[in-house]
Amino acid sequence: MKTVFAAEGNIITSLGYTAEENFSAMEQGNSGIQKFSNPKFLSFPFHASLVDDRKLSEKFSTLSTNQNYTRLEQLFILSIADVIEKSGVDLSNEKTLLIISTTKGNINLLEEQNYGIFPEKRLLLFEMAKEVACYFGMKNSPLVVSNACISGVLAIITAQRLIRSGQYENVIVSGGDLVSEFTLSGFNSFKALSDEPCKPYDAARKGITLGEGCGTLLLTSNENLLHNNEKKIKVAGGSVSNDANHISGPSRTGEELALAVNNAINEAQCANAIDFISAHGTATTFNDEMEAKAFSVAGLQNVSLNSMKGFFGHTLGAAGIIESVIALETMKKNTMISSLGFENSGVSMPLNIIRQTEKKEINTSLKTASGFGGCNAALVFSV
Amino acid sequence: MDELIAKLKTQIIEQLNLEGVSPDDISPDDQLFGEGLGLDSIDALELIVLLEKNYGIKIENPAEGKKIFATIRSMAEYITSKGKA
Amino acid sequence: MRHKHCVSTKMKINITNYCSIHNNQIKLNGETLLVKEKQVPFNEFIKSTYDLNASPYMKFFKMDDLCKLAFLASEFLLKNKNLAEQYGSSTISLLFANTSSSLDTDINYYNTVKDFPSPSLFVYTLPNIMLGEISIRNKFKGENAFFVFEQFQADFLCNYATQLIAEKKAKAVIIGWVELLNDNQEAFLSLAEESENGTELIAENLERLYISNH
Repeated sequence: MKTVFAAEGNIITSLGYTAEENFSAMEQGNSGIQKFSNPKFLSFPFHASLVDDRKLSEKFSTLSTNQNYTRLEQLFILSIADVIEKSGVDLSNEKTLLIISTTKGNINLLEEQNYGIFPEKRLLLFEMAKEVACYFGMKNSPLVVSNACISGVLAIITAQRLIRSGQYENVIVSGGDLVSEFTLSGFNSFKALSDEPCKPYDAARKGITLGEGCGTLLLTSNENLLHNNEKKIKVAGGSVSNDANHISGPSRTGEELALAVNNAINEAQCANAIDFISAHGTATTFNDEMEAKAFSVAGLQNVSLNSMKGFFGHTLGAAGIIESVIALETMKKNTMISSLGFENSGVSMPLNIIRQTEKKEINTSLKTASGFGGCNAALVFSV
Repeated sequence: MDELIAKLKTQIIEQLNLEGVSPDDISPDDQLFGEGLGLDSIDALELIVLLEKNYGIKIENPAEGKKIFATIRSMAEYITSKGKA
Repeated sequence: MRHKHCVSTKMKINITNYCSIHNNQIKLNGETLLVKEKQVPFNEFIKSTYDLNASPYMKFFKMDDLCKLAFLASEFLLKNKNLAEQYGSSTISLLFANTSSSLDTDINYYNTVKDFPSPSLFVYTLPNIMLGEISIRNKFKGENAFFVFEQFQADFLCNYATQLIAEKKAKAVIIGWVELLNDNQEAFLSLAEESENGTELIAENLERLYISNH
């Protein structure tokens, strides 16, 4: 079995175009969530974390003048380009693979204002992925993961498995999703949208805030692709489970998320206990409650934990990757970010939620996610 | 009220795709959720859509729905109380 | 995608059961269970298939077409089996893929948006809801994954399933290809587990079974 390392990462959200920009904004407690009025999206004002259109066009034009990329494809290309440039990963290597994680891909092409601008086939997730892979002239066809809100974490787990078994040496995992009329109206029909910036685990939480963005992480068995002056972090364990309870309501007990967490920790075989948890924390009543129960079942109720949704909202298929890249920065910089929006506990089991950004040696961290369809995923990073 | 109850039964069966259930199978006082008709949280959201679509009544807080959607009779009473029957 | 290096295992992992639904025909282990003429609409065919299955399941009628297709194939695939009891809930894994994700339902949902957005359609705008429905029905709590491919990828699916069993992450894996867009519907489910019976789980065999039931 090969050892799998987490190398270069990138994040594009309303907070910035690199992992560093995002992390430093979060360190300062800045949130990218704002109130928007856009009748094309929703008939009433809503909170969201949106990537500025003008800035995106500007950034993309520095890479390419080709107008044939959709908004989401531009995000993917910018995010992946940053990782390629900073890591020097060899794209012509037939042992390099691209995994794209997304829930809805170019779904905004269905919307009236975008209709007819791009070929209809770009609604197909693999067609979108092919465009992105083609831009970089990648040898292998990309793999697409679409598994609701665990997509990003599952994509990293899949990459880890493909490298561990020797099928690939480098896997670039990139996750992206947009805020659109489609997703906003859907979550609104679920009465799940908060009318203020989301407040994960808080007693006064009112639901989710959607966000858009892209996150990219390079996984590799090649130690030469790691920076010498940084911690060497392994993607040590990963696991997925299903609640087998309800397609939209999470488990009543949290046992299934706990199962994935325990399996991931067992696979990681790390000598140290978990120092830090980057949880899912969507700020819906039932999700946060389920997670609190799960961490108690897994005996992790005392571990420092945050949800990053208060900074850039729920970025759906990008969330698992964006939040993993932040968790890796947390380990490299030994700085745990406060869980924005949290004041008073609103879950029935104790959690050690980070109230203030603090310095602490972090050598092992856990990333979790849960989603519609009853899916749960857990990932362990360790030095 | 009886007329409204009969109409609601048909609308609910259609909106919630209750295959094989006929209006006569549902008594106005049967519990819609849990033991009774066995509806779930997504059905509750669809009932909110039903009220808005057919009766112009908006329910913003799903928690409110619990009482309103207890039985067909409670739904009918709620619609009547809003003057929308 | 190239997957030249197969994950090796000393155990014998076989495909012990497979079920397909295509062109108004449902087959279990290659034998036809039901066939309807081409002009019979999909809804009607799927209802007849449901009626063929002895155990009623009210939730079936709330599912979108993609889930109905996956669910029925799984019902026949797992008939007379109780994998959760045999192996334990947490050891049954679902590994599914298709070409169009949930695009068919995405379009149906989007058609409701301008009017009254339907929550019961929105929830099905994710392809992995199929895995959720099958998990709920059978109490499967193990590994889940949903991938999107241009076409059926026997080598990838085979390697992934083999790795899950070889690394003891699963004792049984249901490998599913369930595709639905416009007038094209197809489901091909196979059950892989350690067994003396069945066909060895290798890409060539999975591909052959897929094609012969296509």
